[in-house]
Amino acid sequence: MSAFIAIALTLVAVGAVAVVMTDDPARQAVTLSVYGLLLAVLFMALTAPDVALSQIGVGTAIVPLMVMLTIRKMRNRS
Amino acid sequence: MTRRARIALFVVAGGCTAALLVLGVLDLPHFGSSFHPYRDASLAAAVAHKTSNVISSVNFDLRALDTLGEETILLASVIGVTVLLRPAEDEHEHQPVGEGRLLDSTRMVGYLFLPITVMIGLLTVAHGAVTPGGGFQGGVVVGTGIHLLYVAGSYRALERARPVGLAELGEAVGAGAFACMGIAGALAASSFLGNVLPLGAFGDLFSSGSVLFLSVAVGVEVASAVVVLLAQFLHQAVEVTGEEKEAA
Repeated sequence: MSAFIAIALTLVAVGAVAVVMTDDPARQAVTLSVYGLLLAVLFMALTAPDVALSQIGVGTAIVPLMVMLTIRKMRNRS
Repeated sequence: MTRRARIALFVVAGGCTAALLVLGVLDLPHFGSSFHPYRDASLAAAVAHKTSNVISSVNFDLRALDTLGEETILLASVIGVTVLLRPAEDEHEHQPVGEGRLLDSTRMVGYLFLPITVMIGLLTVAHGAVTPGGGFQGGVVVGTGIHLLYVAGSYRALERARPVGLAELGEAVGAGAFACMGIAGALAASSFLGNVLPLGAFGDLFSSGSVLFLSVAVGVEVASAVVVLLAQFLHQAVEVTGEEKEAA
């Protein structure tokens, strides 16, 4: 079990770096979404399914969608 | 306040907060140890109220007041977004033009998962007291699931099927129902949000007293909040254009 936690933690660290290193905000919404999934895996590894569910709904679906819509709006204006 | 004074204030406040956090972390039980006083206390309290999902027992029974606060924050932020994203004076609405190209596979997967996702969300809300999940998680799944209609179908289809007016009402009703349950608890059990309903049998769908009903109230509010929130963003992104683009 602790090996699973270590792997999940490492993936979260790698994913977080990937989000920060992504330049284009539109691509960043996608990496952020993947990072949200990795976080959900970590929460599952730490036996917190309730938090993992919230994380998938908010971090993987709603926040990236709001970022994408905001980018679309800004591109329409300029 | 000058820049120098602001930085000085930040250094003092930030330093104190950091010191408190480090002190707090140093005093925590070690990671993975078996010493969990809060777990032991909350587990006993959850079993006493016939709630098999201990997390829901904490959220909707032991610390229901915290959940009322969180729910109010969500309500306030959705109202804030609605006010901020209303079309400005130099913007006007138009019919969305062109739906763009859509892969058949995207359309198929979207329509396939639309009913499944909404159903899973409703089940998560209903079983909040029994299995992992609850009002918040299920509400988010229902609210987001409806938007698969936008991904798989079109904006027009989403507009026709999405009950924004009902969602605005649902948000207020959900938040109000939670507060009313709190007052009912105060009147009947002498504590605000006290668990006054029959507890039922451990593990049953209708167990845990008021936890189930508070979970449903939160589910209605959160699902409505997601629909209203995304409606504002979609409206701005798809239907509203600024003056400068019209002139060009």
